[in-house]
Amino acid sequence: MKEIWIIARRELNAFFNSLMAYILLIAFLGFSGFFTWISGADVFMVGQANMQSFFGIAYWSLFFFIPAMTMGLISEETRSGTIELLLTKPITDWQVILGKFLATLLLVCIALAFTLPYYITIATLGPLDHGSVWTGYLGLILMSSSYIGIGLFASSLSKNQIVAFLIALLIGIFFHIIFGVLAGNFTGFLGGIFSYLNLNTHFESISRGVIDTKDLIYFFSLIALSLVLAETNLTRRRF
Amino acid sequence: MDIIVENLTKIYGTQKAVDNISFKVHTGEVLGFLGPNGAGKTTTMKAITSFLVPNKGDIHVGEFSVIDQPEEVRKRIGYLPENNPLYNDMPVIDYLRFVAQIQGIDKSRIPGRILEMVKLCGLEGEKHKKIGELSKGYKQRVGLAQALIHDPEVLILDEPTSGLDPNQIIEIRDLIKAIGREKTVILSSHILAEVEATCDRILIISKGKIVADGTPENLRKKAQGQEMLKLTIEDGSKNEIIAALQKIPSIDWVNPISGSDNRFEIQSRPNVSSRKLTFDLCVKNGWTLTEMVIVETKLEDIFHELTMN
Repeated sequence: MKEIWIIARRELNAFFNSLMAYILLIAFLGFSGFFTWISGADVFMVGQANMQSFFGIAYWSLFFFIPAMTMGLISEETRSGTIELLLTKPITDWQVILGKFLATLLLVCIALAFTLPYYITIATLGPLDHGSVWTGYLGLILMSSSYIGIGLFASSLSKNQIVAFLIALLIGIFFHIIFGVLAGNFTGFLGGIFSYLNLNTHFESISRGVIDTKDLIYFFSLIALSLVLAETNLTRRRF
Repeated sequence: MDIIVENLTKIYGTQKAVDNISFKVHTGEVLGFLGPNGAGKTTTMKAITSFLVPNKGDIHVGEFSVIDQPEEVRKRIGYLPENNPLYNDMPVIDYLRFVAQIQGIDKSRIPGRILEMVKLCGLEGEKHKKIGELSKGYKQRVGLAQALIHDPEVLILDEPTSGLDPNQIIEIRDLIKAIGREKTVILSSHILAEVEATCDRILIISKGKIVADGTPENLRKKAQGQEMLKLTIEDGSKNEIIAALQKIPSIDWVNPISGSDNRFEIQSRPNVSSRKLTFDLCVKNGWTLTEMVIVETKLEDIFHELTMN
């Protein structure tokens, strides 16, 4: 556990040293702030004290920002050769993967923490369903974790950061949109499968305030699967 | 801590990078790996550090196997990889702290160890700079510092002096020699003079196989076999001297050194010396022998001979 935290802290420092973290924080807050308060289906247009408009925007902006955070995590270390230093230290490959996963998740949580003023502001505007706000944040964190896992897997596939970014986006778009579209086109058993695979189905039900074990199992298996694949890829280098 | 390599084989795709090699390195020994590019030096070192898993065979570092207890092996090894990869956007001191933490050094000892390493590797002036801003020589020192920070019993250095200037090379060599007194050191190089200067023992690898193993002196002796002498004989005519030398039974061949009238190269037959007979010959004929030097085979020649077949 201590080793995971050491790796995570180094990665987090690297995010902030390389300006990556600041750019993403500013972009995320600017983007979500603009569409929550100023334009489109914003809070004032909806006319209700809820955070659905923010969650909708965050759902999309995180989908694009997370691959940008994860793309270099493994590919850059493979390209520069530092992976060799890391993998010859007394830590397991799992600790490396989990440390990098944790660092990215923490950065996402920091970004989400900066949106808490939105929550406080909206809460003063009218009666707010506090439970659904917290489950909404939980939904965003679970969704982000899934995409971080996929991003880590993509980053373990290529030495090239841009290729890793595109692979992550390509895999992500299936869960984000394509499965949802397919679910609408098919009926019966196949439709059920696509609807289950569609990430939005599970995100919506959680962000509405319903924490169902079915949804939790979906997210945790997606995270676990992608991390196992990333770890397998990392270990494969040794053979 | 001894290193025992047993029947190590490593295959990349269809190519055997290392082919069934075995050797032992003892504590207090500095072993030099020599070989042309692509001979399998780096692969062997990567296998010892447990970065690569062998296809066949096993490696023991002390009592631990790289296959069964890689984490135990890694705790005891300090490793400087080829090309010295480092996190360029980290300041030197932060990087050393990170490595110290990940090596599991006790929290209270970390600042002390970092200071010691900074001093040992001469990084005082650079410790707050980002690694990416350092010159190649300083980067190499950072690489060495991270390899040494947990005071490992085994040190694996892949081309430790590449890219350094002559003064730095001497410093690093002295450092390696000092470390090598108590620890087990394996270093690779394709610079022969370097291996000769730092190593107690040399292992020459070619095409994944060990082709020579021994101390620099032993290797030279082995390759020498026949005695070679360089002579300068004055007060005699060239042809007379050659004719007389050729009559000595222990001399295999005589060769006048071009560009000079009185200098010769002679090679003795195996296992005999012709020094005494040559001297006697000169005395008998009234020639003056002003130079008699045993020509030592250079390590370069051995290396060339062993790796070119």
